[in-house]
Amino acid sequence: MSEMDVIEKQPVTLRVNGNVHELEIAPARTLLDVLRSELRLTGAKRSCNQGVCGACSVLRDGKPVRACISLAFAAEDSEITTIEGLADGNRLSRVQQAFVDAGAVQCGFCMPAMVIAATALLNENPNPGVEEIRHGLGGNICRCSGYVKVVDAILSLTEGSKS
Amino acid sequence: MSPEGVTSPNPVGDAIGKSVPRLEAREKLTGQAVYTDDMTLPGMLHAAMLGAPYAHARIRSIDTSEAEALEGVRAVVTAEDLPKKKYVGVFLKDQMTFAGDKVRYISEPIAAVAADTLEIARKALQLIEVEYEELPAVFDPEEALEADAPILHENRDEYPCPYERPEHPNAVAYTQFKEGDIDNAWAECDVIVEGVYETPAQEHMYMEPCSTLVAVDANGKITIWSSMQSVFRVQTMIAEAFDMPMSKVRVIAPRIGGGFGGKCDLTNQPATVALALKSGRPVKMTLSREDDMMMMKSRHAGKIYCRTGARKDGTLVAREMRLFLDGGAYADESPEVSTVAAFFGRGPYRIPHVNVESWSVYTNKLRASAFRGFGNPQATFASERQIDEVAEKLGMDPIDLRIKNALQSGDKWLGGQTVEGGSLAECLEKARAASDWDKRRQNNGKEVRPGKRRGICVSGMSHISGMLSAGAAVRLHEDGTVTVNTGAVDIGEGADTVMAQICAGALGLSLDQVNYGNPDTDSSPYNFQTSASRVTYMVGKAVEQASERVREQMFRHAGEMLECAEDDLELRPGGVIGIRGVGDAAVPFAAIAGRSLYASGGPIMGTHNWLFEGERFDPKRALVRGFALDGIGVFTFGAHVVEVDVDMATGKTEVLEAWCAHDVGRALNPGAVDGQIHGAFAQGLGYGLYEELVWDDGRLVNPTMMDYKVPGPLDLPYKIHPILIENPSDGPFGAKGIGEIALVGTAPAICNAITAATGAAINRIPATPERVLRAILAAEGGS
Repeated sequence: MSEMDVIEKQPVTLRVNGNVHELEIAPARTLLDVLRSELRLTGAKRSCNQGVCGACSVLRDGKPVRACISLAFAAEDSEITTIEGLADGNRLSRVQQAFVDAGAVQCGFCMPAMVIAATALLNENPNPGVEEIRHGLGGNICRCSGYVKVVDAILSLTEGSKS
Repeated sequence: MSPEGVTSPNPVGDAIGKSVPRLEAREKLTGQAVYTDDMTLPGMLHAAMLGAPYAHARIRSIDTSEAEALEGVRAVVTAEDLPKKKYVGVFLKDQMTFAGDKVRYISEPIAAVAADTLEIARKALQLIEVEYEELPAVFDPEEALEADAPILHENRDEYPCPYERPEHPNAVAYTQFKEGDIDNAWAECDVIVEGVYETPAQEHMYMEPCSTLVAVDANGKITIWSSMQSVFRVQTMIAEAFDMPMSKVRVIAPRIGGGFGGKCDLTNQPATVALALKSGRPVKMTLSREDDMMMMKSRHAGKIYCRTGARKDGTLVAREMRLFLDGGAYADESPEVSTVAAFFGRGPYRIPHVNVESWSVYTNKLRASAFRGFGNPQATFASERQIDEVAEKLGMDPIDLRIKNALQSGDKWLGGQTVEGGSLAECLEKARAASDWDKRRQNNGKEVRPGKRRGICVSGMSHISGMLSAGAAVRLHEDGTVTVNTGAVDIGEGADTVMAQICAGALGLSLDQVNYGNPDTDSSPYNFQTSASRVTYMVGKAVEQASERVREQMFRHAGEMLECAEDDLELRPGGVIGIRGVGDAAVPFAAIAGRSLYASGGPIMGTHNWLFEGERFDPKRALVRGFALDGIGVFTFGAHVVEVDVDMATGKTEVLEAWCAHDVGRALNPGAVDGQIHGAFAQGLGYGLYEELVWDDGRLVNPTMMDYKVPGPLDLPYKIHPILIENPSDGPFGAKGIGEIALVGTAPAICNAITAATGAAINRIPATPERVLRAILAAEGGS
């Protein structure tokens, strides 16, 4: 709880991964801060904290947004999905499973956001080619992998790879 | 190398050589993986550090009273709160947790605050009053070595140092390797090329900024969770800094979000420990990206003077190299980095007459330390650019020239160590074949796409894998499954999985019968560090042999249970020991474990501990002066072929395709090896084309990810082709390390390709569009 909270806390309702959260927070707090500190959803990561690296990505009404530069209040009328909301119990989403199978994971710090970006990309375009995938991931930095296996993971979910 | 007689068993089952997914892939992909900043303890405080505003200044006074008085502040610490003159470091110990008398770089930590919230901690930092007296500063290594340069460490005689330091007080370390008769060798040469090469201070930019959580128990025992590359190095150095016994320091590895050398040794652990000790509460400190970039460490910027001579037939004859590595304000790993740079000054080639000298130097800038490649990328950039220039001058194919001079097994490395597994020529041949080199080379300089010129070229490379010591313990559980304990911290490269595979392969178990224990100084066998491409080779060997000890104990039981000679026994996949050739005569591990626990012999546990003892320098062959480390590892070899297009109007380089051939001894997990090669290529591409920390009068001007570019998905080709070559080493099942080498030769391969495309000499990286364009204009003007 910050000093700012004491002075300016306001009520807000956030819908995250299908759950409704009634919170009292300062209007200046970012969505990332609220997800990580208040809701204890730590899958979205803080890395650059200026909207460049994409590690904090979550879905807002199905579109990827950078939680580190989004205000929590601005998400009030939206459906937020974090990485914690993608798997169905112990069953991974098909994107998560494809990342496992492709061996795309190294340190893993960027991975929740990569999965979010890939999920959004495939929702928009179920059969992207290599170039479309590279552009779809353009805002997400990975320092370990060189992206090859991330692209492979997404390609494995497209029509062309089913041959 | 491994001691005589420690040979690898034949793997049983299918765990070895299989691209199994990471053990922790699911937790990392579901957001369940716990990194340090994801942890919370009851009563935990939040912390931040204050950095100095001057590059070089005397501290007159520090007043923390206003900060301490702020509501919610629980502890403020400065140098006053730590043991006096307890310097820490690796070889040269010159650093304190907080600046004491002087600050030596902008953002050097001088104080830290722990408070109820991070906002309060940051606000309190602004209330700390520090009085400074600014001093003249020096920012260039060569200027720092001048006679009248400002001195950073007037008190250097106070610093523990195991080697003789150079005379100039700003010189951290000096190394020289001299072989043959360099003075008379130049007369033998038909071609001599000479140049000055500059390489940047590269930021590690691990995605997870440095983060530490510390708790102190009622008996004063400290527990540290931190983003780090070694639980044991942190334990040793914290005990040293706080003058306390290591038995009172416990270090545990959570998940680590990348390291690349930047999290070797200490980061923000000592400041966090100081706050936890003073406040009596758990304290978490996660650096902001900007603080991480300004306070922590980078790769050494390098300036390299190099000269190479060859005969008309392409035989390399002579090499001179002088390297100046910018160490920044404190030593950290500078002495080791500059000696390793010198060690790779000749490169993996037979050059009989050599003189290499390297210096690491103090300047009033961010500290430079370990970073993937460890001095080798700087030396290799100059060396491989120059080899290419020799080929150009002689009109030889650059691959032919390299193969002609490549070190072979049995040859001597610079300094006199014997090369084993000398497969550079094989790597070059494989990369040539895979890239369709002869055909693609015909496009060099051609406008294949409008406005762009195409170029393909090559770099050879070498590195070491090994160093220092490691242990492992394998314990057989009552149900026949096992747990492997090592001190190897997986920083993202996949050690957990590969260690489990080695144990599974040695015992014929499936991977889900092997539990890999998390590194914890309270219970793990010692391991030096995740560095020096050493975990697979060093810790892997310990796991392989500890598993062998378990097998031997199980065979003794099985021989008695099956009433046969141990020599007649065999491991069968799935955790069964049987009599060779007798299908149904078998006992499962569980039966053996039960017998050991309740009837005979006691619990079964295998351990193996070892130290890499390499060949020493040969004083009859080489003059070695200054600080030098010998016997540091087995040699590894590789070759990259890279194809680029260069936009002739903008100077922008696009890497189109890359072929990366590496001798990995044996690929225990080929998919993970590919991942290391992809990632090292990506980081090497950043080093070659984009990445550079830039200072203006000691102030880092680009300490954010907005202003410091690391390659994104659109900056890297999808077509990066790893080519795995497997000439078994004495490592576990024949494997050796791959972590660093693929970065080492990437930048020179790209720059050689730019030259092949444009004719312009690219001797300074990163090869930004502006630099490439200027080089193109210079080449055109000069022709």
